[in-house]
Amino acid sequence: MTGSARDRAMALVTNHGTLLLFVLIILVFGTQAPAFVGPENLGNIIKQASFIGIAAVGMVFVLLTAGIDLSVGSVMYLGPLIAGFAMRDFGVGVAGGLLVAVAAGAIMGGINAFLIVVLKVVPFIVTLSTLFFFRGFGAFLTSSRQFDFPEEIRAFGLSSVFGVPTPILFFAAVGVAAHIVLSRTAFGRQVYAVGNDEAAAAKAGIRVGRVKASVYVICSSLAALAGFILIAQIGRLDTGFGEGREFDVIAAAVLGGASLFGGIGTAFSAVIGATMIQAVKTGLVFTGTNLYLQPMLQGLIIFAAVFLDSVRAARLETLRRRFIRPR
Amino acid sequence: MAVLLSFEALRKEYFGVPALRDLTLDIRRGEVVGVIGENGAGKSTLMNMIGGVVAPTSGEMRWLGEPYHPRMPSDATARGVAFIHQELNLFTNLTIAENIFVDDFPARFGMIDRAAMRQRTAELLSQLALEVAPDTSVDSLAPGERQLVEIAKALHRDAELIIFDEPTTSLTPRETAKLFETIERLRADGKTILFISHILGDVKRLSDTVVVLRDGQLVAQEPAAGFDVPDMITAMIGRALGGLYPDRTAAPRDEIAFSAKALSQPGILEDVSFDIRAGEILGLFGLMGSGRSEMARIIFGLDPLEEGALTLKNQPLTGGVRDRIARGVAFVTEDRRAEGLLMDAPIAENLSLVSIEEFGRAPLALLDHARLDHRTEQLKTDMIIKAGDIKTQPARALSGGNQQKVVIGKWLMRHSDLFILDEPTRGVDVGAKFEIYALADRLAAAGSSVLFISSELEELMGMCDRIMVMNRGEVMGMFDRADFSERAILAMAFGKQAAGKEVAA
Repeated sequence: MTGSARDRAMALVTNHGTLLLFVLIILVFGTQAPAFVGPENLGNIIKQASFIGIAAVGMVFVLLTAGIDLSVGSVMYLGPLIAGFAMRDFGVGVAGGLLVAVAAGAIMGGINAFLIVVLKVVPFIVTLSTLFFFRGFGAFLTSSRQFDFPEEIRAFGLSSVFGVPTPILFFAAVGVAAHIVLSRTAFGRQVYAVGNDEAAAAKAGIRVGRVKASVYVICSSLAALAGFILIAQIGRLDTGFGEGREFDVIAAAVLGGASLFGGIGTAFSAVIGATMIQAVKTGLVFTGTNLYLQPMLQGLIIFAAVFLDSVRAARLETLRRRFIRPR
Repeated sequence: MAVLLSFEALRKEYFGVPALRDLTLDIRRGEVVGVIGENGAGKSTLMNMIGGVVAPTSGEMRWLGEPYHPRMPSDATARGVAFIHQELNLFTNLTIAENIFVDDFPARFGMIDRAAMRQRTAELLSQLALEVAPDTSVDSLAPGERQLVEIAKALHRDAELIIFDEPTTSLTPRETAKLFETIERLRADGKTILFISHILGDVKRLSDTVVVLRDGQLVAQEPAAGFDVPDMITAMIGRALGGLYPDRTAAPRDEIAFSAKALSQPGILEDVSFDIRAGEILGLFGLMGSGRSEMARIIFGLDPLEEGALTLKNQPLTGGVRDRIARGVAFVTEDRRAEGLLMDAPIAENLSLVSIEEFGRAPLALLDHARLDHRTEQLKTDMIIKAGDIKTQPARALSGGNQQKVVIGKWLMRHSDLFILDEPTRGVDVGAKFEIYALADRLAAAGSSVLFISSELEELMGMCDRIMVMNRGEVMGMFDRADFSERAILAMAFGKQAAGKEVAA
């Protein structure tokens, strides 16, 4: 491959754009407010990022197959709500509640998967419908009232192991497990194959339907888990909980380098993306920036990351051009 | 040698039209069999039957004497059939090893056994003399290397019969040489090879036996040693012209309307120059990968041009597609479904697509629907488009020939000086073909220049004033109507070996 210095610099920026952006953000805020880079604050950032981050790891699975899941915000609400009923009315305890939440998420993912894989409706429309349906079902169960969890849940939510807050532990465990699944198991590699070329995957004997169904189940399960872990810190569930979060989740995954066109992205990309968004939010507070500027800056950063993605795609396109004679 | 695969009176009909007629043929084990024939001769149909993509209408296939009825591609794979297509089936975001094992990863404790996978891949790659690491991403491989990965996949699955379909079109000469070494090695290992190619010199060099198909029939099966390229061409054509083409109504004028001077684009075109007179139909003949369509795209402003100049009516032709349309260039694309039509939009909307801006009316440039409807309706009658209500019927509902008329018709809504027709009769029945030819004649008679691109040489000989031949992005030569010779033109298109300037190895 021919490569001038400029080409190579370009490749470096497009291929590792996210990490560079991340380092840049830390440096900018760090120089303006030294406390920003202190261990306590960095820990806080990761803890606060864990909510969006866990769900974003699930979203990466879906994005890798070139799908999308808009229902995660509603799953974050309905999953923990069902767990809350189980804890309050059946006394399943916190661990039981967590399992119920994840199971409820898995069922919701199964509904999405059924509509997408069996009824062959496009993911965007399916998950847009279930976004309303799941939230509506929760509102029906609670008559749109706030739901209070048993007090024991906060003890769990605010606990820590060897000084590491529980949410961070879950975030790390989910990130590592997802990374292993995606990079080290047959299923994981087949997810990448399906996202790269679905028709070729079918021809290669991969059970494309099963792979696609699985990613929606994984995505919803993790969204429900993310919701439960945040609720455990708050102790109550408002009707608006999780509303609009699907966009934060998708943004985190894409910001970390996952492509909306499938086949590109890693579990860590979601971890980094979510942490980065949180770092910007916290940094703006630290530097005393006008809070109303914050959504605009977040928008700009997401745009920058996605722009890098399209530049990368365009570069790949030129590399793939067919030549009919030697150059 | 034992017979690996045999066909007995194999027949395939599509809606009653035979694509393959009672083919009887034996493929012996360990042989390289070259399969040649013009487009539509039945090669793809035969391959699709072997691969389990389509089922024969009648007749029998036998694999080592046993009845062989693959119902889907995986049945064929399981028997030991592997295809190396022109378009490769690789996952570019995975590594070489992952591509080879994608449907059957070796697992240990639920996780991929990367060590085993790497080792097996390294063995396969060294068998094929491909010196790259098993963990290399396919993304970073050149076309020739990707093809070797496909072959490694076939070897990994213990393929017995490996079918190469036009394998050299996207390869450089060096990669091609390497591929041929690989094929020789596979034969030495006892594999059976079907080699489909338009490059007859290669077919002769590689094959033990050459099989020629024409109109779905087996017309020759000869040992390659005594079967020379000119004889192959004769066997492939063997069909008389006549009665299929309208008479030309007017002779070309003297003025040169369009000219291309020294067009070069690295990797695509090399020093291409030609003129088209007003009222002339210039045929452009070349095989797949000769640069025909690529050049058409460049003239229309879709792809960049590094060097050279285009002139239309004595004015340089530059700028993007919009500028060229405004200057009077019309492009009927090769792939009408994907590029030429809005399939679900009504016919009238398709017809008005390029000229819609001319139907605006002052002061707000709102559309003058009465005039637009009148014009599209007129065009429908004029071009004999067989459709119901063109304002509601979608383009999808038309037959191939009528769809093509709509594609051409949209360019007739305005005046154009240069018409580029890229494979205008592909997938069109005989009657509609005649109407499209007549249309090309009318365009020329009205003074426009026509660049008629086709891989059917006959129609070019029937319709064109001159025929230009391209190969690998270069102009090989130009024939005047008086000198048209199927043999000479084909030989030129097939490259230098066939023209006798260079002896095949």
